[in-house]
Amino acid sequence: MRKKECVAMILAGGQGSRLGLLTKKIAKPAVPFGGKYRIIDFTLSNCRNSQIDTVGVLTQYQPLALNSYIGQGSAWDLDRKDAGVFVLPPYTREQGAEWYKGTADAIHQNINFIERFNPNYVLVLSGDHIYNMDYAKMLDYHKTQKADATISVIEVPWEEASRFGVMSAAENGRVTEFQEKPASPQSNLASMGIYIFNWKFLRRHLEEDGRNNASSHDFGKNVIPKMLDEGHRLFAYPFKGYWKDVGTVDSFWEANMDLLSDEPQLDIFNPDWRIYSVNPTRPPHYIASGAKVTSSLISEGCSVFGEVDHSVIFPGVYIGEGARITNSIIMPYVHISANAIIDRAIICKRSVVEEGAQVTWFGSSLMPSITVVPEHIVIEREVQYGPEGVIIKKQVG
Amino acid sequence: MQDVMGIINLNENEEMLREITRHRPLAAVPFAGRYRLIDFMLSSMVNSGIQNVGILVQQKYRALMDHLRSGKEWDLARKRDGLFILPPAQAKPSGYKGDIENFYNNLDYITSSRQQYVLLAGSAMVCNLNFRKAFQFHQNSKADITMIYKEQELEEADLKHSTIIECSPNGRVIDIAVNPAKATSRKVSMEMYIMSKQLLIDLVTASAARGGTDLLIDGILKNLGQIQISGYQYKGFMARIHSIPSYYKHNMELLKSDKWHDLFFKSGPVYTKVKDEAPVKYKESAQVKNAMIANGCVVEGTVENSILFRGVRVKPGAYVKDSIIMQKCEIGENAKVENVICDKDVSITAGKWLKGEDNYPMVIEKGTVI
Repeated sequence: MRKKECVAMILAGGQGSRLGLLTKKIAKPAVPFGGKYRIIDFTLSNCRNSQIDTVGVLTQYQPLALNSYIGQGSAWDLDRKDAGVFVLPPYTREQGAEWYKGTADAIHQNINFIERFNPNYVLVLSGDHIYNMDYAKMLDYHKTQKADATISVIEVPWEEASRFGVMSAAENGRVTEFQEKPASPQSNLASMGIYIFNWKFLRRHLEEDGRNNASSHDFGKNVIPKMLDEGHRLFAYPFKGYWKDVGTVDSFWEANMDLLSDEPQLDIFNPDWRIYSVNPTRPPHYIASGAKVTSSLISEGCSVFGEVDHSVIFPGVYIGEGARITNSIIMPYVHISANAIIDRAIICKRSVVEEGAQVTWFGSSLMPSITVVPEHIVIEREVQYGPEGVIIKKQVG
Repeated sequence: MQDVMGIINLNENEEMLREITRHRPLAAVPFAGRYRLIDFMLSSMVNSGIQNVGILVQQKYRALMDHLRSGKEWDLARKRDGLFILPPAQAKPSGYKGDIENFYNNLDYITSSRQQYVLLAGSAMVCNLNFRKAFQFHQNSKADITMIYKEQELEEADLKHSTIIECSPNGRVIDIAVNPAKATSRKVSMEMYIMSKQLLIDLVTASAARGGTDLLIDGILKNLGQIQISGYQYKGFMARIHSIPSYYKHNMELLKSDKWHDLFFKSGPVYTKVKDEAPVKYKESAQVKNAMIANGCVVEGTVENSILFRGVRVKPGAYVKDSIIMQKCEIGENAKVENVICDKDVSITAGKWLKGEDNYPMVIEKGTVI
């Protein structure tokens, strides 16, 4: 193998249990997002656009959809000679098999993979964040600061800071303190879960951490605090721009809706920073004479006869005459029959909403929650609704 | 179908499409929002199980090469077989004489391919056709050649660019009329032929030896007495692109959702080069009715009865009506276009009004700023 300056490792094994029905059958990074993408497309495209051509993707939970989606990586231009994308599931060794026990352990178990490329730096990423970021700039910063580790941070509102790992940094960017989800945060610089390490330095720390049975083998909880305690050079790289951790149904829905404002913060139309994804091979979509479409994203292969406002429509969706869709996310190949009404809902792939059916919030609270309809479901007109959303009667295909 | 190779013959008449074929062969003319004409034939062949496709190209094929590259999008980047570009042996100052010469110069490829049968087709016939049935028909009929045709009424304008065939009651082709003045039958040749590879080689070498230039006229028509030809009827969607009005008409036809469905969903998927464009963004002020819109567009104005290709911008107050707007065009604020075909990268600046005739759209050439 040729020597690589920097190898990226994407952590994509988390279950994403707070996404509920959305991640029942697929890993969180494989959840559809933004009308044609999957969540991991943003991270993979960032790698491609930052000229990083060697990427390991660490999978564990429900990996089938994710593995087959990534394939050889050609969709992201990552099918390369002596480089490319490598899916890295946990594997059996002489002394038995082990699951990835934490973020740091996942990298630790793949030391051999990284050593093949003998890199100077390792970039550790999450596969479940929505953002556009040039990692090459962060790497430059890391080199200029002569850092051992650089952690990308973003300013968050003070009232939300306690949900994140927060850093306090000196004037020159050197990290002085790190608190994981503190009750009373000292800073509002949140870690984005993006790290650059000098490889030899990281390797030593992973091996030490691996021997420590008291550790939960997590970067945020164990490895970073220990590096800091030992007085190593840790720097905070300030990121400006859109960044969203789509960890819950609400934040997932919000991040989709964020794309619908007339000038969204996250630019998916930039020809110099394309978001790559696997193409569904569908014709352009068709908007009929009686249709009305405003403030929405609509992808290929759809036919729209009804009304769509402030919604994200994935490929191959059919929307019948008189149907009305507002504030919703409609995933691939969903069929919405005539006169159906859908508001504040997420309808997963290949489900069918029958004629005149309604998928909306019927609860009484002032803050309506998002109704999630799982995949391959038929919503009938006479369906019963409870405070938890829809009660499903039967399954299809 | 493993035993059939496909040859797409781009010896096609582009005369009447000059405005949009100046920089590209007919096969690379954009069609239906995100495709090039050749995508339909390539996809039909691939979906029918053909794995070896040669494309006989003529001049100015750079745009086509750029589109096809390795053939990967059509699943034709293969270790054995796959996609082959067959260029003319040399550019002759005397100009182009006919397709026989091109076939003759590429006989090596045809001879050394391991398939026993060959399917010949062009790119001007837009359809989504499964050739498996036609091939089975060919094998059962014991004919030397099977010609695929479609029954339709032709207007005079179409007729003089068409080949009409006549069949006997048992399905044998008994007459072929190339660009006739009057229709003698409703059977329009789709210019697709299935025959054994050896017969193609024989027809090409024999015609070349006698100074023949055109495969249909010198190879097939002149031998109508000696070879058995049967006709196979195709009943799906077919659009023949031979002039600006026909190009416009057939694009617009796809705004009828049954036609759209027929072309794209009845048979296999239609593959094309992927551009990784975002989904279409409709802003708050967008008003869209009866339109086919490809990914990467941002619509702020009004679009009616029109087709937008990938990456088109329709600015606030702009009005696009009965028009075809190709890749990466921009229709400026309060500009209005009606009955217009904008080739790639055209920019209509703010406030400009353009209108073509109902029966002959105005064509704005590639890259023009108005």
